[in-house]
Amino acid sequence: MTSLTGTPSLIRLALRRDRIILPIWIYAYLIIAYANPASIHKLYPTQAALDAAANGIGNNPALVALAGPAVDLNSLGGFSAWKFVLFAALGAGLMSILTVTRHTRAEEETGRLELLGAGILGRQAPLTAAVTVASIANLALGIVTALGATLGGTPLAGSIAYGASLTAAGWAFTGIAALTTQLSQSARTCNGIAIAVLGASYVLRVIGDTAGPHGPGWLTWTNPIGWTLNLHPYSDPRWWIIAIALATTVAFTALGYTITNHRDFASGLLADRPGPTTATPRLRTPLALATRLHLGLFTAWAIGFALAGFALGTITNSIGAIINSSPQVATALTQLGGQTALTNAYLAAILSLTGMIAAIYTVQATLRLRGEETSGRIEPLLATHVSRTRLAASHLTYALGGTALLLAIVGVTTGLGAGLTTHNLGSQLGNDLTAALLQTPAAWTLAGVAIAVIGLLPGYSGLAWAAIAIVILIGELGPILRLNHWAMDISPFTHLPKLPGGTITATPIIWLVAIAAALTATGLAAFRRRDIG
Amino acid sequence: MTTAIEVSDLHKTFGRTPALDGLDLTVTTGEVHGFLGPNGSGKSTTIRILLGLLRADSGETRLLDGDPWRDATTLHRRLAYVPGDVNLWPNLTGGETIDLLGRLRGGLDSKRRTALLERFDLDPSKKGRTYSKGNRQKVALVAALASDVELLILDEPTSGLDPLMEEVFREAITEEKHAGRTVLLSSHILSEVETLCDRVSIIRAGHTVETGTLAELRHLTRTSITAETTTPPTGLDTLPGVHDLAIEGERMHCEVDTAHLDELMRALANSGIRSLTSQPPTLEELFLRHYEDTLTPAGATK
Repeated sequence: MTSLTGTPSLIRLALRRDRIILPIWIYAYLIIAYANPASIHKLYPTQAALDAAANGIGNNPALVALAGPAVDLNSLGGFSAWKFVLFAALGAGLMSILTVTRHTRAEEETGRLELLGAGILGRQAPLTAAVTVASIANLALGIVTALGATLGGTPLAGSIAYGASLTAAGWAFTGIAALTTQLSQSARTCNGIAIAVLGASYVLRVIGDTAGPHGPGWLTWTNPIGWTLNLHPYSDPRWWIIAIALATTVAFTALGYTITNHRDFASGLLADRPGPTTATPRLRTPLALATRLHLGLFTAWAIGFALAGFALGTITNSIGAIINSSPQVATALTQLGGQTALTNAYLAAILSLTGMIAAIYTVQATLRLRGEETSGRIEPLLATHVSRTRLAASHLTYALGGTALLLAIVGVTTGLGAGLTTHNLGSQLGNDLTAALLQTPAAWTLAGVAIAVIGLLPGYSGLAWAAIAIVILIGELGPILRLNHWAMDISPFTHLPKLPGGTITATPIIWLVAIAAALTATGLAAFRRRDIG
Repeated sequence: MTTAIEVSDLHKTFGRTPALDGLDLTVTTGEVHGFLGPNGSGKSTTIRILLGLLRADSGETRLLDGDPWRDATTLHRRLAYVPGDVNLWPNLTGGETIDLLGRLRGGLDSKRRTALLERFDLDPSKKGRTYSKGNRQKVALVAALASDVELLILDEPTSGLDPLMEEVFREAITEEKHAGRTVLLSSHILSEVETLCDRVSIIRAGHTVETGTLAELRHLTRTSITAETTTPPTGLDTLPGVHDLAIEGERMHCEVDTAHLDELMRALANSGIRSLTSQPPTLEELFLRHYEDTLTPAGATK
């Protein structure tokens, strides 16, 4: 028996288990890759129109910061790649991380792998199978992207390079996940570490891409997201970037193999230390338990938001430095969700984006209740005098309160970053904090959606993830695609005033809070009445 | 004599799969009641309904003179539950989990807690994710047994324990009984049930098939008789309640319904008994009789 014995069976098992989730990812890429150039062609039907738009975007560091370096924007392929590539690369990274962890550490943690490991199974078979499946998925992602983009009207050669750039990002994160899944005994922690790397990659490339000639431009080249965004697929593809990504994959996977060879089954590199033998006097309520369960997740988000807020805030100054602001810039920025004044538009755009990203935390924290249910841990709790409402409320406290706190953090750090670089700390701090906090009611509606799903359709909790995905897609692509009014209105974030710069109106805020409250009440009422388990 | 648990004609269906089909269960205050049945026969479903985690489709359920669904939270102050499959919070230690569950029940006897930890040989400083199945079960058991409650609901509590720990568990339950607590014990371990339980209910496919004290149940089943007589026994095959009769010369063997033991003894005495071995039915036989033909009926799992 070699260390790889049994790998083919595990690959088949993984493909069977992922027969729904992986095709969803792949179809989504196909559809977006196809629809994207088509919609841009409709928006800018002539070369002159495209050139004008490209000119506006190319001079704008804000857009470079948000979406990536503006290259080849004068061609349909380059323009559409630029618009989609950041989300696509982050998505491929996320898919890879989740897939690798799902088939390695999560299996090990639940003990299912032990069942298989007792059979004829090599030590390295699970990791090899997981890396293989994630690599195949990324290859498929690249192929359908190339296919979709070609069908959408962009040149074949460029589309292939474009698809390959996404596969490269996915492969690199497959390798990174192969390493991170070795680190902790908990699949959740392993995912968290890898996603933190993904988030850090984004922030590093933002700083690198906006650094200017004397700044730390090299930061772009420290990470897979930076590589993918700088591949220039539709003009002069830098194929060597694929080679770097592949080398990264191999190197990190090899590290993963080495650790697997040296560690015990179900153990991690970060060892578990003995803890207290008695609970602190405070640990006597469901809320105190929720604090223990949510603190790690919340802290990770808070650190990420603080760093990203400060980094994105400090760029504000270079936005204001644009002297020849063309009408196209203004149009493009307004479409991104801001109003006229450039810095305000930039800040409004990034704060709106952070609002939507904070809503991911909202959904994640709310679904924790369902996670506790499916893992069988709420049964013993509900067999004590804790009521279902009180138990659900303990998790909702973190979902709702945590979201508000995250947005306050990002408001303050963005304000600090912007204020320090524009020497206008007082007003920036206040404005950005207000703008960030005003995103809260919109994010809360997603907690409402999640708790309603938990109450009414507990078997389909994934619907809450679908809801946040739709909201982000509408928010980021809707204005550029010029979606219908009613389609834009689906997203709660559409209804928020554009701040800083706009005027605050109470009506939409009141409506959003009311909708969130109604959804939450419905969800809680259903959760009280249904079977647990 | 009051009843702690009174269930009659309980029905529960999951989708189209019936899990409980007219289940009856009566547990008298102060007794240890064995709850037996094959896998998937509806034991855990019944317990979950008693805890208000599931809602019954129809039937009467009373728990400590309350409605387990409506009065769940007030009733839960008076009971402790050990699930069959114990899952702990991965980042809480065993000790923290014991304290949390005890406090949420309304209090924990810290002396008992210390004593139980020692008796069950459990290290409370380890994180939840590092415990083995048996140790996870010990955490839940210590939390339940150290709580000051009237009723213990235990769902296969010893399925992961080693024989030594099973013994500790038996002692602990015997003490609970002497302290006047009521225990509903779902189990597969027959010796455990035989030692601990005052009464048992056997269920199959969501339906109660036998209930009573072990003596009563034994009465319903067969005794195994082996005898040697001076002359070959005659007329045994016409006696009521005699099964699997085998006669070889002066030696005979048969199974007889315990209710008809008397008639068989008289017939044997007529042939002159030289030796006689009588084996009372074991719980195992009782059990197997109800388990064996369960290959076909479908039942829901936990």
